[in-house]
Amino acid sequence: MSTSEPVPAVRPARPDYLNASYGVRSWLLTSDHKRIAILYLITVTFFFAIGGVAAALVRLELLTPAGDVFQAETYNKIFTTHGIMMVFFFLIPAIPAVLGNFLVPLMIGAKDLAFPRINLLSWYLLVIGGLIALWALIHGGLDTGWTFYTPYSTVYSNGWVVVTAVGIFIAGFSSILTGLNFIVTLHTMRAPGMTWTRMPLFCWGMYATAIIQILGTPVIAITLLLVGAERLFHLGIFDPAQGGDPVLFQHLFWFYSHPAVYIMILPAMAVISELVTAFSRKPIFGYKFIAGSSIAIAALSFLVWGHHMFVSGQSVYAGLVFSILSFMVAIPSAIKVFNWTATLYKGSVSYQTPLLYALGFIGLFTFGGLTGLFLASLGLDIHVHDTYFIVAHFHYIMVGGTIMAYLGGMHYWWPKISGKLYPEYWSRVSAWVIFIGFNLTFFPQFIVGYLGMPRRYHQYPEEFQVLNVMSTAGASILGIGYLIPLVYFIWSMRYGKDAADNPWGATGLEWQTPSPPPTENFVETPVVSGRPYDYATGREEVALG
Amino acid sequence: MSAHGKGHGGVGAYIGVFLTLMALTLLTVWAAYQHLGIWNTPVALGIATTKAALVALIFMHLKDSPKLTAMVVGSSLLFLAFLIFVTASDYLTRKWVPIYFR
Repeated sequence: MSTSEPVPAVRPARPDYLNASYGVRSWLLTSDHKRIAILYLITVTFFFAIGGVAAALVRLELLTPAGDVFQAETYNKIFTTHGIMMVFFFLIPAIPAVLGNFLVPLMIGAKDLAFPRINLLSWYLLVIGGLIALWALIHGGLDTGWTFYTPYSTVYSNGWVVVTAVGIFIAGFSSILTGLNFIVTLHTMRAPGMTWTRMPLFCWGMYATAIIQILGTPVIAITLLLVGAERLFHLGIFDPAQGGDPVLFQHLFWFYSHPAVYIMILPAMAVISELVTAFSRKPIFGYKFIAGSSIAIAALSFLVWGHHMFVSGQSVYAGLVFSILSFMVAIPSAIKVFNWTATLYKGSVSYQTPLLYALGFIGLFTFGGLTGLFLASLGLDIHVHDTYFIVAHFHYIMVGGTIMAYLGGMHYWWPKISGKLYPEYWSRVSAWVIFIGFNLTFFPQFIVGYLGMPRRYHQYPEEFQVLNVMSTAGASILGIGYLIPLVYFIWSMRYGKDAADNPWGATGLEWQTPSPPPTENFVETPVVSGRPYDYATGREEVALG
Repeated sequence: MSAHGKGHGGVGAYIGVFLTLMALTLLTVWAAYQHLGIWNTPVALGIATTKAALVALIFMHLKDSPKLTAMVVGSSLLFLAFLIFVTASDYLTRKWVPIYFR
């Protein structure tokens, strides 16, 4: 793919997907992947806000050692709300459903996804599932944590377990159908000349993610149905009093829910591959290794779930095997990090907002990944199991990794999505505020967890207060950091400057169509004749200042 | 129906599979009343798997599908095998105690 020359940021009036038709009906019945991506963007932002409010309440309670804001049960319901909203209704759909939906057809030169109506159905399923779960969480809530561990969830909990599980079950089909759509699209709708090894790495990441979505999600769906069946009909699948086995639930749950972490992080890695090469003005280092490592991570992710169960009563030998396999996931992950670093090396690096987020991702993901190796070690995991060390670790991956990449991607492709430029100054401010706020929130949790503070309690010993105050202060900064982009993205829709078709001077088919793109994406089907990321030697000026 | 029938073994094949599925259903009911000991579950799962295979191969035309479709089905079976065998690796080794713990 050749690099387009940047063109002046003046956009003549022309039909695009945003002004093709008007009215609520035209949006709710659309089959245009770009409009569906916008619907997803609004939806996941809403669920993120709900989860964010719950997180704020958790940190408010933990400001002081005493349980002086909420009772224990209420606190349990609040962190459960936070976990369920963030995991199932924000992190899992965020990048694939928003950026993936918008970009996959554009990047491969297609007019839409393979099944446009199923794509719309996927969005409706997410909304219906999310609203059912939200309804349950508001009308009494549940206190099981997002993990629904048995026998608590099936026998003892008084919360709305079954209704919430039904909501997640329905949303799961949204995930499956999105994955199906991506796989079929990438196999059958690539533009002439776009071979597998000419496909952007973002699409490779989406492909690997889709594999996990299709293979893993049915297992969590059935597992939650079994929880509901046991709770309602006392079937005795997980209840030891009836001959069931609660550890079986953990096997089934984590068979999906560990790969689900990779549903969150693989798309994030896919975004970072695009950002790093675009802002280094260099071809990506080790294209095939990065693409292959996505598939390797997807495959290995299904073999490591037992590291969540080292203290569950799982056999010692199974623990040993899971420990070794968990260490192996670090190999393809490290391949990516080293290749991104090598791409930056001697590149003509431009520190614009998307790259700031990408660099934040690389640092935070590496930190989260390395602490994951602590947790893959059988002995050390026993010491830090169910402490704030775990909480810090997975937030470094899910928030420091996935959300940083999501925001980086949103900034990078926002000119294409909206046809408008965001304010560069405020976007850099937000990137720094988020990075500082994030580290202040979660780094103290590593320490407090290693010192022995358990997770999921609304009270804690006084010696942990200083670190918890730091964490709550950081969460406040982080919250402000997330609000800033929300404000200026909305502001830019009305007041932002018109974006050029290719404001970054980037390669990739999505930059060779107008901003915002027409409904049919391309006036003529593009023909691909070269490798991706074919950046010319030397720095090209970009149209953003 | 006729369009489906052509090239996929015809209506006769569908009727044959339908009758086989009915017969296997009756076999399932019969087997449920037999005292097979530890073989109860394997026999029930074996019959169910046979029925699922017939539906996938004949009714869903997997038998005459391109290799890519077969690969998709094969990979899902592979990951199902991962789920079963790796979980079993826990259950089957629960009583193994490392030497230095004895």
